[in-house]
Amino acid sequence: MRLVILDDYDLASEWAAKYIRNRIVEFKPSADRYFTLGLPTGSTPYGCYQKLIEFHRSGDLSFKYVKTFNMDEYVGLPRAHPESYHSYMWNNFFKHIDIDPANAHILDGNAEDLEAECNAYEQEIAAAGGIKLFVGGIGPDGHIAFNEPGSSLVSRTRVKTLAKDTIVANARFFGNDLSKVPTMALTVGVGTVMDAKEVMILITGAHKAFALYKAIEEGVNHMWTVSAFQQHPHTIFVCDEDATLELRVKTVKYFK
Amino acid sequence: MPSNKSVSDAPIIQFTNCRILREHKLQREDLWVRDGKILDPEKLFFDEKGYADCRLDCGGAIVAPGFIDVQINGGYGVDFSQPCEDVSTGVSLVAKKILEHGVTSFCPTLVTSPPAVYHQVLPQVNIHNGGPDGAGVLGFHLEGPFISSEKRGAHPERFLRTFQSGGTDDLMETYGSLDNVAMVTLAPELPHSQSVVSTLRQKGVTVSLGHSVANLSQAEDAVRHGASFITHLFNAMLPFHHRDPGIVGLLTSDQIPAGRTVFYGMIADGIHTNPAALRIAHRAHPSGPFRDVLSGPETWLVLVTDAIMAMGLPPGRHTLGQQVVQIQGLHAYVAGTKTLSGSIATMDMCVRHFKQAAGCSVEDALEAAALHPARLLGISHRKGSLQYGADAGPFLPLDGSGGSGAALTVFVSVSQTWFCWTTGFGSEQPTSLERSPEETMMMIIRLFPRFRICCEMA
Repeated sequence: MRLVILDDYDLASEWAAKYIRNRIVEFKPSADRYFTLGLPTGSTPYGCYQKLIEFHRSGDLSFKYVKTFNMDEYVGLPRAHPESYHSYMWNNFFKHIDIDPANAHILDGNAEDLEAECNAYEQEIAAAGGIKLFVGGIGPDGHIAFNEPGSSLVSRTRVKTLAKDTIVANARFFGNDLSKVPTMALTVGVGTVMDAKEVMILITGAHKAFALYKAIEEGVNHMWTVSAFQQHPHTIFVCDEDATLELRVKTVKYFK
Repeated sequence: MPSNKSVSDAPIIQFTNCRILREHKLQREDLWVRDGKILDPEKLFFDEKGYADCRLDCGGAIVAPGFIDVQINGGYGVDFSQPCEDVSTGVSLVAKKILEHGVTSFCPTLVTSPPAVYHQVLPQVNIHNGGPDGAGVLGFHLEGPFISSEKRGAHPERFLRTFQSGGTDDLMETYGSLDNVAMVTLAPELPHSQSVVSTLRQKGVTVSLGHSVANLSQAEDAVRHGASFITHLFNAMLPFHHRDPGIVGLLTSDQIPAGRTVFYGMIADGIHTNPAALRIAHRAHPSGPFRDVLSGPETWLVLVTDAIMAMGLPPGRHTLGQQVVQIQGLHAYVAGTKTLSGSIATMDMCVRHFKQAAGCSVEDALEAAALHPARLLGISHRKGSLQYGADAGPFLPLDGSGGSGAALTVFVSVSQTWFCWTTGFGSEQPTSLERSPEETMMMIIRLFPRFRICCEMA
């Protein structure tokens, strides 16, 4: 793996955004060959999205021939709800760029048949030629997307019940009322992300430090599902100084 | 890039690089319009997989909802109270001209007149939406004849009336039909007025108190029966007195039924009301962070022009209703007296003056001319704001040639001065409009060099 350590959140966001931009530009996407991008939500990638929007506005980056696949979405939350991941993506990214709406894929948490929705999503990814670059985050419990501790490391897109940790962590977006937080979500599987050609994980903040330690300095373990990417040929972990607080000095020195 | 046609074929226009008035704040958001309605772009994106056909860069301008003038007696030589064969031509002329002031909907106002005038004029102008050719008509505002003699102002005394036959009969006998009427101003101290107020409310007509010597309890009684507006606060009513505040006391009355709102009109032209009085009224219901904290009745300021026929005309003598007025500079007097007969201010002037005199925010000033009158008339779900689904200002209805478009009033703030400009967007058949889209754009570029337009028509 590559471990890229930046001084702070803003620099980490900028680095990640530049990496995405460069990958897309180098690829020279066109109507015949789209660049497929996997995308996360949450507070960690927010800065990265801001930067990408900047690049778009200055004319350096177009999403006209980019297809995106988001990692997850809550089940049962109305799509127009301000906390749905559809709202997040629209407000923080899609409405500022030139992506074709038909190319922006997000799981539908209100689908009649959730299992069918998940299977269809896997097929859409395959039909698009697989994902070139999957960008993700990490939960405090080491989960990638909503692959909570105990998720199979070869799992595919499916319905998952959220772990207590996750629900508590998300409560702040629902007025700190635990009863209002969704308890289930649709998520891409660990295996789904592993299929991507390249994976970039963003990790910032001291509260993620322990998860990062478990993910890269301990073994591959389904209790810390991000650890699965130790077995991916092209993984980059982008983090800030605070996120490295639980790592061994030797590790940090090696990668700096 | 054509939009997805699954829901509608109409072109989608996206206004970018602008500040729009939404949820009481000026926000940096794009404004999307389709088919004369404000569109929810998120729904468009996810449900229809659609996007804009045409993008307009507003150069940082403020985009505000069209203003609503609920008290305007005429303008440009047209006097709505003057009986004639063809009232609608005059109304259309004024409707077209006031677009330039940002007014996209209005209530043509009739001052006290003999029944024959009402019978002739009212049926001639129906309530209708506007378009690029003129503001929409929301219904007549009948100011009189059931008003106080003492406070008649410029209204002719010989046509004043009371509710002799008990109320409703007098009403219908005087006006004829209430079909095209949005609002009636009356004096609540007149006997039997309570039942009239109730009747009008039941018929969906807004009742306003004005030209009256009512005391506070009479005014409160009228509000209990359904009155919700005060016609040009301070003017043509008893002045505030600390032991009987009169109608002005409604601003802070504790007798207003829960959930009811009292609106008050103000002519913020710098002439009809001293700026200090304007501020007193405005602070009775402050805006901003204290809006929800201070308890008290809901009272909302509504900007009106009360413009008379001389508005837009050069100085001199002109006719208003059954009387003659004299224009001197920014003042209009009853000829031979010092009684103000009405204003010749325009709505954009009033908005600017109100903002400056009250020291309020831009948002409050704009809302006083748009959202509040819409709320007063009960039409705020489709007018007076830029919320999704609201009318995008006037719009050109679909006609036989298949044309459709949206008109919007845009305010460009250039070094503290606001210029107001209304545009109409055409269809594939420019003959259905005065100006083609290309001509409209050239006009925009000429008038406002800061506008950069990038437009890709499908």
